[in-house]
Formats: sequence, structure tokens, C-alpha cells
Amino acid sequence: MSRGGVPVLEGLSFVLEAGQALVLRGPNGSGKTTLIRTIAGLQPPLEGRVSGIEAVAYAGHQDGLKTSLDVVENLAFWAAVYGGGDVEAAMARFDLTDLRDRLAGNLSAGQKRRLGLARLLVTGRPVWVLDEPTVSLDTASVGLFADAVKAHLASGGAALMATHIDLGLPEARMLDVAPYKARPRARAEDEAFL
Amino acid sequence: MIALLTRDLRLAIRAGGGFGLGLAFFLIVVVLVPFGVGPETTLLARIAPGILWVGALLACLLSLDRIFALDWEDGSLDLLATAPLPMEGIVTVKAAAHWITTGLPLVLAAPALGLLLSLPGPGYLWLFLSLLIGTPALSVIGTFGAALTVGLKRGGLLLSLLVLPLYVPTLIFGAEVARRGADGLAVETPLLMLAGLSFGAVALLPFASAAVLRINLR
Amino acid sequence: MSLWEYANPVKFIATTDRVLPALAWAAAGCLAAGLIWGFFFTPDDFRQGSTVKIIYLHVPSALMAINGWLMMLVASLIWIVRRHHVSALAARAAAPVGATMTVIALATGAIWGQPMWGTYWAWDPRLTSFLILFLFYLGYMALWAAIENDDTAADLTSILCLVGSVFALLSRYAVNFWNQGLHQGASLSLDKEENVADVFWYPLLVSIAGFVLLFIALVFLRTQTEIRARRMRALLARERMA
Repeated sequence: MSRGGVPVLEGLSFVLEAGQALVLRGPNGSGKTTLIRTIAGLQPPLEGRVSGIEAVAYAGHQDGLKTSLDVVENLAFWAAVYGGGDVEAAMARFDLTDLRDRLAGNLSAGQKRRLGLARLLVTGRPVWVLDEPTVSLDTASVGLFADAVKAHLASGGAALMATHIDLGLPEARMLDVAPYKARPRARAEDEAFL
Repeated sequence: MIALLTRDLRLAIRAGGGFGLGLAFFLIVVVLVPFGVGPETTLLARIAPGILWVGALLACLLSLDRIFALDWEDGSLDLLATAPLPMEGIVTVKAAAHWITTGLPLVLAAPALGLLLSLPGPGYLWLFLSLLIGTPALSVIGTFGAALTVGLKRGGLLLSLLVLPLYVPTLIFGAEVARRGADGLAVETPLLMLAGLSFGAVALLPFASAAVLRINLR
Repeated sequence: MSLWEYANPVKFIATTDRVLPALAWAAAGCLAAGLIWGFFFTPDDFRQGSTVKIIYLHVPSALMAINGWLMMLVASLIWIVRRHHVSALAARAAAPVGATMTVIALATGAIWGQPMWGTYWAWDPRLTSFLILFLFYLGYMALWAAIENDDTAADLTSILCLVGSVFALLSRYAVNFWNQGLHQGASLSLDKEENVADVFWYPLLVSIAGFVLLFIALVFLRTQTEIRARRMRALLARERMA
């Protein structure tokens, strides 16, 4: 797997079963984001393969919210794209119902993040692939998020996330990516030139 | 895909810039020309079709970098790329949204601006028709350019440099239709060429744009 | 032994190193011979006088301007299909050479046009097409320069080259339709009756050969430079990581 043409991780392999959560750990720059973007299908792996990409709902560092649309409109759009999820239930789950008519541009950072996470619910996809989902969330909101993940797992979903916060998920496995750090070597595209 | 289209249109209306800016620019270009070449009506009438076409083309160019830039900045483009929409569909919808917010208003405004330049009577219909047929090609070609430069800092100037040469055939045939129409000559040949070009671009370029966008999202 | 062996950068540099001196001398020889022969040992044209002699610069450079773009198109296709880095770098290396040829063709055309047509520039289809071709070269080079990652730049520019070729061709026909021009028809064709007279024809051929050799030599040299620059970046990147 590479970022900016630099191989970051190698020899990494895992299987995520229904009902399981896998938490990625590792110091900054160890390749968590790269791994997550690869699994979400945004970039091809240098070697190996990722199966089940079509079941993935991805959430990255940015929430992809439109500041001039309100909360309902933002969610309804993604629901329509993914073929109709339940917007009301998603808002209720992340305590956004009171903010429903507020423009996303007027939300606080934490509220925006909650809206971004609520998007996962309306996608209706079984595998959540999340990059630092709890950034800028307060304790109560982290609790909401942990509950949402638990409910998702209980209903047969799976989750893969990079986070440093303990969500109190009993069935979560940990995976430290640091040992899989790629040997320092040439950028793949440069090999022919060395 | 319809959801994406309605979202883009709604965003354009709310942000204001979408409809207004391109039109205002078009108006200003058309107003500036008489200052430049003098107020003589016969001269203006002669160059009116060309000025209107060039003005519409530049107004179209002005808004191209917004097609993907905003979605790129707030991360929606990544999310859209992982959504169950084909990339070709996304770029087509983006081009369609650009056409509806920029191209269509220009088409509708062009006859009114033709009055300012004393466009001859038979010219209005052909100007309107040629723009109606030609502007979709401008949007689709522009989307290709926008996909090439997405994520580049200072991409705006490069975008113009890349897109303008690609606009040449559309401009030639489009302006030819308007000019011949204004002079009361037969317009069939350039009109057919323009239509062929436009359909061809709309049918084929989204594949190139999608390929380019995938490379840029890597 | 296959042609694709030369897609290896090391092999490419080694081989071209051996060929380059010979190529360069051959180019210089052909150019000198063609131009001196053409300039000093051909009669003046009975209508155009001595101005006709600029043909020995104008026609070959115009030929190479178009063929340079064709070569880039082929190299881009090879990169897209087989992903040989040398191919992408050769396309990159050819662009400024082709652009220069376009400028030479335009400039010599203007200088020739003044005494013949009474104007340096006319919106003649051929002239206009060359101007558009020059814009395509500019855009292509600007895109290469703007993107940092080498492979991304190679991918994007090769797609631009493909799309650009289609539009350049469309422009050619559009421009033809837009204005019937002043420019004479092709001076060279396989049909001998159509050609310019033999006295002009042979030095012209030699000078065309010179331009072709010059183009190849320059592209080889520039590709070598690109390969070495790329190798330097690769070494630096490796050093940073170690």
C-alpha cells in the first residue's frame, strides 16, 4: 500500500466478520488513513486485494457536508444516493432532531461530525470504514457514537475504525499497524530508475 | 443521480454565484465591446453573433473550476466516489448541473443581449438555437478540464489554458451558425456539424473525465 | 530481442548514448547540406524570387511540428497500455521540441507571407491550425509542470494528449470549413506531377531528413535528461526514507 507513491504498509491481512469491530491503532503517520482509503476503494493497493468494497460505507477526516444545506437535506441527499435510508432514525440516533432545520454551516464542529456519522446510518451499508470518527466529539457524543456502533454490530454489521479513544466496545479487536510498516525501499514507481 | 443533480442545483441557487455571476460577466463583456469598437450600429450588427458566442464561452469558462473544487475541498468528492454511483454518472451529472446553472441562463439571455448589439432580425433564432445546441458541449469539455485540474493549487489559470483550445471547434461551428443565420444564409451544414460535435462530446467525454477523476482521487 | 527492451531506462540510456553522437552529426550534416544547397545553389523561383528559399526551413519544421504531436500520441498510448516509464518521459521530452518546431514554422511562414501575400499573418486555415496546435502543446506542457507526482502527471497528460488529438483534428476540419485560405496546397505528395520542381525538391528532401534527425536526436537527449532527473528524485526519495 502506498501514499504519495511511498509504500507504507505491507504484509497486512485480516478478515472482518459480521458483528465484529476492528480498531486500528498506531502512531501518527503509520498508515492508518492509507489503509482505510485503500479499503474504501479510493486507491488501489500496490499488491494484494480488498474484497467486499461494495459493502463499505466510508467516512474520512472531512464530513463532506454542504454548508448551505440544512441537516435534513444533507442526510436526505446521501439517503437518496444510497437508495433510501431512514433519515429520521439517523437523526434521532445522533441527537440531531432538534437541529434538523439548521444549516450545516451554522453547526459547531462536534455537531457537524455527528451529522457526518449519521450519514453512515442512512447508507444502509453493512461495513463501516471510519477514519478518526471521534475527532471533536464531546464525551456525551462519543457515547452516542459508541451506542450507534454497538447497535450496528448487533444488527449484523461490521466496523473498521482508526481511533485512539476507547469506545468500550466489548467485542472489538485491536490491530496495531506499526509492525506492518513497509521496509524502507524505493517508491514503487521509481524502481525502474534505480 | 437525480439526487445529486437536485443537490447541485440547490447548492448553486443558495450560494447565489451559480446563476448570477456568469450572466453578469456575459452582460459586461457585451457592454464593453461597443466601448472598444465604437457605437456604429452596422459594425456592431456584423460582429454581434461572434461577440455573443465568445462572451458566452468566456462566461462558461469562468465557472468551470467550481464544478469539482467545492466537493473536493469538503471531502464530498471522496464520499461520492465510494458511493454506489458510477464515476461516469457523477461527471455527467456535474456537467449537466453546470449547464443548467451556467449554460442555460446564457442561452436564454443571449437574444436579449443581441438587442444591445443590434443583431439583425433573422439572427435571433439561430443564435438561440446554436447556443442551445453548443453550450452542452462547452459544459462537458469544461468538466473534463475541471477533472484534470481538481486538487491543483492555482488550477484556475491552467484550466483555462487546457480548455480553451478544446473549445475551438465548438466556437467555430456555433458562431458560424449564428453568423450565417444573421446574414440570412443557409445554416444546415454548420448546424449539423455543431450538433454532431455536441452529441459526440456529451456521449464520449464523460468516460475520459471519469478516468481522470479516478486518477486524481488516488 | 524485442523493442520493449528499450523501455528499461538503463538500457535506453546506454543505447541512445551510443547512437546519439552519430545521430547528431548526421543531423548537422544533413541540415548544413540541405540548407546550403537550398540557399545558395538553387535558382530563384521565377515568380517568388529568392523568398522561396525559406521553404527549406518552413516545410521541414511544419512537418516535424505535426509529427512531434503524433509521436507524443503514440508514446502516450504506449504508456496507457503498457506503462513503460520511458515512453511517458519521451512524450514529455518531445513536447517542447514540437512546440519549438511549431514556432519556427509559424515564424518562417510569417516572414514568407509578408512578401508573397502582403501580410505577416492571415487567418488562413493552415496558419490557424498551427496556432491551435501550438496552444495544445502549451497546455500539455503546463499540465506536466503543474503535477508533482510523476505517475499521476504521466497518466493525466497522456489522457489529455488523446483527447487533445481528437479535438486538434476536429479543429483542423472546423478551421477549413470556417475559412478557405490563401495557403498553397501541399508541396509534397507521392504524386510526382504535383510536386515542386526537382531543383527545389532534392535539397528540400535533404533538409527534411536533417530536421527529422535533429528531432530524434533532441528527443533522445531530452528523454535521457528526464530519465536522469527522475532517477535523481528516486534516489533522493530513497535516501529520505532510509
